[in-house]
Amino acid sequence: MQRRDFLAAAAGGMTAAFAGCVGEDDLDAAILDETLTLTTTTSTYDTGLLGDVNAAFEDRYGVRVEAVAQGTGAALETGRNGDSDVVMVHARSLEDDFIRNGYGVNRRDLMFNDFVVVGPDDDPAGIDGLDDVLDAFETFAETESIFVSRGDDSGTHAKELDIWDASGVEPGGEWYREAGSGMGEVLNQADQTDGAYALSDRGTFISQRSEVDLGIRVEGPIEGGPELLSNPYGIVAVNPGVHEDVDYDLAMAYIGFITSREGQEIIAEYTVDGEQLFFPEAVSADPNFQQYVPEGWSTDEE
Amino acid sequence: MTGMVPSLITLVEGFALLTWVGSGLLASVVSHLAPVVSTLHASLGSGFGLLDVPFERNYVESIVYVSLYVSLTAVVLSTLISLPVAMVIGFSEFPGKRLVVAFINTGMGFPSVVVGLVVLFALSNQGPLGPFDLVFTKEAMIISQFVLAAPVITGVSLAAVTSVEEGIRDAAYAMGGTRLDVALVTINEARYGIVTGILAGLGRAISEVGSVLIVGGNIASADGTSVTRTLTTAIQLEARQGRFETALILGGILVALVLLINGLLLRLGGGRI
Repeated sequence: MQRRDFLAAAAGGMTAAFAGCVGEDDLDAAILDETLTLTTTTSTYDTGLLGDVNAAFEDRYGVRVEAVAQGTGAALETGRNGDSDVVMVHARSLEDDFIRNGYGVNRRDLMFNDFVVVGPDDDPAGIDGLDDVLDAFETFAETESIFVSRGDDSGTHAKELDIWDASGVEPGGEWYREAGSGMGEVLNQADQTDGAYALSDRGTFISQRSEVDLGIRVEGPIEGGPELLSNPYGIVAVNPGVHEDVDYDLAMAYIGFITSREGQEIIAEYTVDGEQLFFPEAVSADPNFQQYVPEGWSTDEE
Repeated sequence: MTGMVPSLITLVEGFALLTWVGSGLLASVVSHLAPVVSTLHASLGSGFGLLDVPFERNYVESIVYVSLYVSLTAVVLSTLISLPVAMVIGFSEFPGKRLVVAFINTGMGFPSVVVGLVVLFALSNQGPLGPFDLVFTKEAMIISQFVLAAPVITGVSLAAVTSVEEGIRDAAYAMGGTRLDVALVTINEARYGIVTGILAGLGRAISEVGSVLIVGGNIASADGTSVTRTLTTAIQLEARQGRFETALILGGILVALVLLINGLLLRLGGGRI
């Protein structure tokens, strides 16, 4: 780099004559070789989607993306501490807290898939064919069928707790097992335990289906299941007003890329075993103000 | 006080010597290791075609590189600090010595996740070392493995150094040896113990998963090159994704590497084994 600077200085006299070439120097723009730290959920990482998205982003911007796969809670906490630049998660209520407390700015809706209830094919709890996930969860409690919970403050765990809440059942006892691990690990545990069920995002389940002996027992909204099982992903930049050394401009470039037509196409075209895992929802001609603010927010709020 | 000064000089000389011996030792380990590792990879690489292993050669190579780079650096650094500390403690008497030794021995069993957490707090943007921007880097992993390995190397070397009989040191003095000679004799007598300490420290560093996962973030770039992914965190990731064969293969590589390093270090340090 120093030698290049020296050569540039030596050639200084000539540049006046070739003013048009100055533009070439812009190729050495400062963002080259910078690193963007993205904290995200295990589901976007373990499905392999991020590999495709990040490779395309790196090609286009000449920067490196370092993706750290954590649970939604941990990913937001890392952003809260200013140790990541952009956060991609799937638990709207936790994202809203993040924004309300000033840690995140410029949230966008990114994509969605859905949750499914998975379990063994012989279905000992007898929930096959139930349309309502609340009934299924109540059945788990009544029959005391083993249910492996994430138990890790992830987006999937938050959704599972919402469902227990809505069903009015307080989970607990021998049959309810908190794994405290990622989605993949929970699927493995459910697979290894006789007659165990679990709640999974469709993406991770599809990408791991060939490794485990589990099937979908209750479908999510993509296959006509209840809306309660929808699984929307959002992306939000860490507020440079709170942490001055976050790479905010790169974070916004990343958000810009992944919510662009090109980025959304990569998401739509990402398949495992011929099945689409995520459905883009960032590009739309219709206004959608609610994606920028905490859910239900209006100017009437203080 | 006057009694302390010469012994301190001895220690400084001993330290210089150990630094020289230690760095030479580890440098030769690394240089011995490089061709072996590349052979290992070459054989693995040819095996990929037959076995159709579901990962790229580049992926495995970069992971092995990161693992070795982080753990060896951490162990070299902790050896450079631990040995002189062990000599100072071993050769001097001071109030609270037992407490210090007890503290070091406790450090030998310190849980790696706790070390990871503490290092994360220290390095985080919010922490005292935040401005250095070290979270999720190899340097952060080196720091946490340093914290893990240092007490082990100190503790075992201390035991080795103190077990060298005083008579041997006295004899070296009596025969007109300089302080450097005495330090040399002591180190020579204690060398098996010291090498064992370094090996134990390395074993702890390269095989732990808790702290490097927390401070390193298990990052691989989009083209499958490891940034902060080590063998242990890669195994954890593969197991999480249900790819047990890949996890097992990586585990085999890790065990082979540890075996290899042990063999080389013992050969270089011990000669007889």
